[in-house]
This record gives sequence, structure tokens and C-alpha cells, in this order.
Amino acid sequence: MSDMKPVARPLSPHLQIYKPMLSMMMSILHRITGVAISGGLLLLVWWLTAAAVSDDYFNLVQAFFGHWFGRLVLFGFTWALIHHALGGLRHFVWDTGRGFALPTVEKMVWLHLIAGIGLTLAVWIIGYWVMA
Amino acid sequence: MNNGSSMKTPLKQVTGLGSAHSGTAHFWQQRLTALFNLPLVVFMIGFIISHLGSSRAEVQASLHHPVVAVLMGLGLLSVIWHMKLGLQMVIEDYVHGPVTKIAALLLNLVYAALLAGLALYALLKMSFGV
Repeated sequence: MSDMKPVARPLSPHLQIYKPMLSMMMSILHRITGVAISGGLLLLVWWLTAAAVSDDYFNLVQAFFGHWFGRLVLFGFTWALIHHALGGLRHFVWDTGRGFALPTVEKMVWLHLIAGIGLTLAVWIIGYWVMA
Repeated sequence: MNNGSSMKTPLKQVTGLGSAHSGTAHFWQQRLTALFNLPLVVFMIGFIISHLGSSRAEVQASLHHPVVAVLMGLGLLSVIWHMKLGLQMVIEDYVHGPVTKIAALLLNLVYAALLAGLALYALLKMSFGV
């Protein structure tokens, strides 16, 4: 029992051994967008906190979001949020035991990608329309 | 269930909590918060869009309405709890050092608590209009 040296056992093949596939990329993207949203939430809380604190601070935060860089970050945040939410909907479908056939998965992937970009653009078009 | 050949004690069979002693709680909370998030996030996006060019006073005036303030608060809490669960899963999958793993998990809790604390402070302050 005293000699418990770790043995170098063979490991099962990991990601780099598999040919990249769309469904696998979407799975990874679901995680990446999830982590990105975690950072994006700080922006929302920052904006709310600024609104609660003072006029000067609120104007500063508004100026950041009005800048092209701030808008780019917000655009990315919007897409990540919508893409992740749609991924969640797919998970709900899978939770019922449906939608696992490969042709179905492929179709869902494309629908997911297109709907994600489309809804993001729709939100921003509405946004610019409201501001105009 | 084949009880005859199982190494589990009868108590273990009944509780069904597995090695982490938490059973399906993480999975179930992830799904529940995901479900709550859907309508609440739509509401939050709507709130943001409708305040794009607004002044600070206008944002505060909207949050005076109890329905708006409560939905924003619930939305943020549901999203933040969902975030905590998700980031925890990512950490548990990719961070393997015993110290770094515990540190990352604690940091995850601190981050979630910080976001929730700030969000609730801001919403309460503006909602009560002090």
C-alpha cells in the first residue's frame, strides 16, 4: 500500500484523433458561447449598476456601449446568447429521446446556425430602428 | 436493476445519488433554469432594446414598475445560477490539478455571487427609487 506510484496507463483517444465534424463543432461552440455569455453578463450588470449609481457613471458606460468597439462586443454577446439559447432548445428535443438520427442532426445544425445569425440580425435591426 | 450481482448496498441503491452524492440535481437544475431563462431572457432583451437611447432617469422610471423589476431580478438570478452550473461543469471537465480545481470552483462561486449581488443592489435601489 505504501508504494502507490501512478502507472502510465494508456488513455482513450481524445478530441484530436477524430475528424472534425459539424455536430462536434456545434457541441464545442455551445460551451464556448456559454463561457462568453458569462463574461457578457458582467456588461449587463455593469450597465444596471451604473444606472443605479450616478449620472456621470451611467453616461460613461453608455458612451462605451455607443462606441464601435462596445457595439461589436455587444453584437458578439447577442449572437452568443441567441446561439446558446437555440442550442438549449435542441437539448430539450434530445432530452425527449428524439432527433438523434444523423440526417436529422445535420438538418438541425444548419437550422440552428442560420436561425442564430438571423435572430441576432433581427434583434439589432429592431435595436437600430428603435434608436432612429 | 440486478440486485444479486450489484456491489452497492441496499441504501445506496435506494438513494441513487452516485459518487458525487448529488444525484441528478445538477442536471435537473441546469434544465430548469434553462427553461426559465428562455422567456426571461426574451424579456431582458426587450428591456434593453426599449432603453437603447434612454437617459438614466428613464431606465429608473421603468424599473419603478414592480413587474419590470421583479422579472429583471428573476431573469438575472436564473441566468446567473445557470451560468454557475455551466462554468462549474467546464471547470470540472478541464481543470484537473487538485488545488487549481478547488480554487477555480471557488472563484466561480465568487463570480456568480458578485454578479447576483450587484444586480440585486442595482435593481432594488432603482425599483425603490431612492
